[in-house]
This record gives sequence, structure tokens and C-alpha cells, in this order.
Amino acid sequence: MAQQIVIPHVSRIEGHAKITIDLDDAGEVSDARVHITQLRGFEKFTEGRPYYEMPAITARICGICPVSHLLASVKACDMIMAVSIPEPAKKLRLLLHCAQFVQSHALSFFHLSAPDLLLGMDAEIPVRNVLGLAEKHPELARDGIALRRFGQEAIERLAGQRVHPSWTVPGGVNAPLSADARDSILAELPVAMSIARRAMGLLKGILDTFPEEIKSFSNLSTMYAGLVSGNGELRIYDGQIRFRGQDGSVVSEVENPKDYSKFIGEATLGHSYLKAPFYKPDGYPKGIYRVGPLARLNAADRLGTSEADAELAEFRQRLGRCPQSAFFNHYARLIEVIGCLEKMKMLLEDSMILDTRVRAHAGVNELEGVGIIEAPRGILIHHYKVNEDGAITWANLIVATGHNNLALNLGVKQVAQHFIKKGAVSEGILNRVCAVVRAYDPCFSCSTHADGRPAVQLEVRAADGALKETLQSRD
Amino acid sequence: MKTFKPSPGKARLATVWLDGCSGCHMSLLDIDEVLLDLAPRIELVFGPLMDAQVFPSGVDVTLVEGAVSNQDDLKLAQKLRLNSRVVVALGDCAVTSNVPSMRNTIPVRALLDHIYVKGVDVNKVPPSEGIPQLARHAVPLHEVIKVDVHVPGCPPKPGAIAQAILQLLDAKKPEVAGLVKFG
Repeated sequence: MAQQIVIPHVSRIEGHAKITIDLDDAGEVSDARVHITQLRGFEKFTEGRPYYEMPAITARICGICPVSHLLASVKACDMIMAVSIPEPAKKLRLLLHCAQFVQSHALSFFHLSAPDLLLGMDAEIPVRNVLGLAEKHPELARDGIALRRFGQEAIERLAGQRVHPSWTVPGGVNAPLSADARDSILAELPVAMSIARRAMGLLKGILDTFPEEIKSFSNLSTMYAGLVSGNGELRIYDGQIRFRGQDGSVVSEVENPKDYSKFIGEATLGHSYLKAPFYKPDGYPKGIYRVGPLARLNAADRLGTSEADAELAEFRQRLGRCPQSAFFNHYARLIEVIGCLEKMKMLLEDSMILDTRVRAHAGVNELEGVGIIEAPRGILIHHYKVNEDGAITWANLIVATGHNNLALNLGVKQVAQHFIKKGAVSEGILNRVCAVVRAYDPCFSCSTHADGRPAVQLEVRAADGALKETLQSRD
Repeated sequence: MKTFKPSPGKARLATVWLDGCSGCHMSLLDIDEVLLDLAPRIELVFGPLMDAQVFPSGVDVTLVEGAVSNQDDLKLAQKLRLNSRVVVALGDCAVTSNVPSMRNTIPVRALLDHIYVKGVDVNKVPPSEGIPQLARHAVPLHEVIKVDVHVPGCPPKPGAIAQAILQLLDAKKPEVAGLVKFG
């Protein structure tokens, strides 16, 4: 009999989500959907606020990567002020952003996904988490905590506090970096790098033990989008949006941030508070593309630092030029951590980094501003319009997880189809359905700026849509 | 609170994320290596960091981040109150409803219309399938359930969170007044 499976709480992701899986009469998966269950309304309630409040307000979209929203927001504000910020301020913002990539990727890999990778997708629920990891693999848990702490402490040293700092401002940053802070971060870099290398060695060693997951985790043929420099190097703070097609060719590059809306459209999905962006020239729903760590590596030609590029070469030799499985996001994330640590070293050793000219002052000189950056989870766009007094009249925010919305839904369907046969479902299978979501490291905290939280739930419905059963993971 | 005494053996700890940004959960993780000291003393029984699908019974301490903004939040708040001996409102959203309440002056219908009808190119219909309805107002936790301990901050400092947990594990009422501030 046709039925429906609901996972009410997708866990170990950043936010709240549910999953519904439809089974046909034979018990095979006919469809699956991810529901983002929260909406907060930032785009509406910020109307009337002064533009310079936007960084502090929009940082509260997400406590995991507040720096991403701070940076996209101050870049949009820079454009409203029509200023080119001082070069040291650009370097300091990039340094802050690299530190954030390290802490956020460490959280995703060690705290959220390592329990699946090291304890097993079928491990018992009470231990399949970071505390269980601490008991079974204390050294690894210690590494994860230390690497995340490195990133968070660097943010604190630069910006005053770890979560929601107020250091980045329209026009630059509000204080220069002290020599003491620089020296402290530099002194801790080697330890962070050795942790990243250990994690990389570990992941490469176990990669081949997940053939089924690699085959079925959102192993889709889609376009990819990421920020790159003019010569194709991966960029996280600035750069142009590059779309790389399914055949591996560069389809388009968006140089002027204001042109994003010519390439990216948005659609409402009936089952989710998270909207679905699509590549406009291909239309909806054909214009599916993905963002995030794997997408960035696929979109770019190189990272631009030596050790990360050596890792990238090995990655491509092993998996091909544009690997498609979302499972490889874990691998891509660690390559990016190495790249960001290298970049931090270069920035900290740059004599300009202590320069005290770090802020441009100006009022409202343009009535529209767009800020685009790479958040750890992918491209983040803040777009504001203001009146002559600088009050926000309109705002649009497109967050990383949104771009992946269509692929996430298809990915969940694919993994469900792969593992659920003749209606037979186990908790381990449900965990794999959640794990494909986890591989994208989605930030439903961000996605629910409009509204939404992740938690997965499995509902079983008859073909006529009647709810038959709500399946929940073991409690 | 007077009679609170944690379960013998490991204390059962739950963390809940209602309508917030997860910054309070991040500040909890920002206690860094103190987490490893806590690991032998607590069992994590529910929350975004682990996989239980249903809020369990017999929980000693539940830390709640976020305001109450939709029907799911309300149901979970009521359930966690019934099943927890101590409920802690963690951070400004749980304590005052903070940023989530900034939408309270806007009717829900206008909000949905702005985002899902005017704000898209395709499928101009607000979503409704399989998702909870938004409450008219986002409200602080103590408006819907009894709260035993308030720890404000956006987010609260890691030191304040660590102290509150450690004092609760020692069956003391947390004294964090000197360690916290709003915002």
C-alpha cells in the first residue's frame, strides 16, 4: 500500500527541517521533500531601519556564520556610501572571513559529521554525537574543539567577540589590528595546520569505505556556482560569480554584483519556507545549480595557495575534474580549511595588516547596494535599497542554503530511493537520509531569515495523500 | 528549583533551539575544552547536536534558545516543560524574544505576501504544506511556560553558560548576574 514516511527532526544540521518521503504501492520511493519549518521575516521588518544598522541586525540571522552576514552587509553598505574602502581594511575583513571558514568547517566536520563518519551511520543514537565521539575517539574530538577554538579565538582577537561582533562597519572596520593580537594568532597557526592535515589524512583513508553513500548522496548532474577572481582563482570575500555547466564548461561570469538578478531568479516551494533560487537563463526548475565547498572547487580553477592546490590536484586526480556527489563536500571542506590557514599566514605576515587607516567615512551617495561573498556554505547575497535619508525601503537576501534547495530535495529523494526497498525502513536508513542533508552543511538558521529551521521527520502517506504513519528515529 | 537534584550518575541534559539564530548554541560550544570535562558528567538526550527525534521524559536540565514563534515551537515548549526538572531560558531571544519579535508589528499575511508572492519570479503562492503556521507574535519563553533560570545575552558569554551548567550539576541555583548583560 502506498505510504509516506516523515522524519520530524533533521538533526546535526544548522537549523530546523523535516523530510517527507512518499512510497508507491510497491513500497518504492516515488518522491521526497525537505521542509524548512521556520520563517523570521528579516527582508520585511528591516524596512525603515537606517542602512548602517543592517550589519548588526542581519548578523542575527545566523550565529554559526554571523561574519558572513556582517561582511555581505557591510559590502552592500560600502556601495550605498559609494566608497572604496582602505586596502588594510579589505585585508582585515578577509582575515576575519578566513578565521570564520576555519571555525565553521571545523564545526561541520568534527562536531556534526564525524559521528557519522567515525562511529558509523548505523551507530546507536545516544552515542552518535560529539560527546559520543569524545568518549570513543577523544583525540579526534580534542582536535575538532581545538581547531574550532582557533578560528573563534582569531575572530575574538580581531573583532572583540566570537559571535555577533560589531567590528566590521560600513566603510571598513572600526579598529586596527594590534601587534599582540597578530602575534598570538600567528603563534597558534602551526597547531591549527597540523590538526587540519591530520583530519585530511583521516578522511582520505576512510573515503573508500563509503561507496554506497558516495553513489547516492545527491550524486546529481547540476551546474555549480562560486566566486572567482578574474583569472579563475577561488575567492571568498570578493570576486565574480562563475557558473560552471554540467559539461564542465564555464557558462557565465557575473562581474557586476548588481547584475546577479539577471542570472538568479527565485521560486516559492509549496512545502517549505525556504525559497528556491534558479539559474534564470535556464528557467525553473531546469536551472538547478549548487553552491558550497564542492561547488567552489568545481567552479574555480585553483585556490591560489600551494598546499591547498596540491591537495586540490590530488582531489581531482582521484575523483575527476567536477565530482558530483555531495558526499565530497566533506573532502572539499578540509581542502578549504588548509587554504584558509595558508591565506591567514600570508595576511598576518603582510606589513600592511597593522596599518591604522582602516575606515572610510561617507553618507548616502547611492540608493542601492549589493554585497556578495562566499559564506562557508556558499554564495551569500545582500541587496538593499534606501531613501535619501538612508532608511531601508526594500531588502532581498539570498542565502547559501537557498541556492542548494532544489538539489537538496533531489538529493534526499535519491538517497531514499537507493536505500528504501519494498517499504523497508530502518533508523540507519533514516540517518542516511539526514546525512545527505548534513553533507551540504545547510544553514537553515540562515535560510529561515525569511523563516525556517531544520529537523527531519519521516511521514508515511497513502497515494491519496492520507497520513498513514509517522516514523521517527529510535528515541 | 529548591528541590532540584540531578539524576544519580550522569545528568540528563537537553538543548532546544526554537526561533533563534543558533548563536547561543555556538556560545555553548565556545566553552571549548570544558565540553570534554562535562562529557563524563552529562548525557545529551535531545537537541540539534544529537539525533533523538522526540523530546524524552525525565530530563534534568533543558537549555532553551530562541523565541516562541510558531505552532511547533509552542508544542515543543509545553512538552519540554512537562519533561524537564529545570528549564533555562538561554539568550535574549528566549528571555525577551529579541530579534524574532521585530516582525511583530507586521501582520503574518503581509509578511508571507512580501516574501513568497512579491519576492519571487515563479510560483507566487505562500507555502503551506507540511510546515507549521507562524504565530501572530513571536514571544519570550516565559510567556508560554514557567522558566526557572534566565541567562540573557546575544549570545550569553561562554563563561556564563559554563557556570550555569556547572552550578546546576552541583544542585545549586545558578548565580550568573555578574557574568551576563543584554545584547
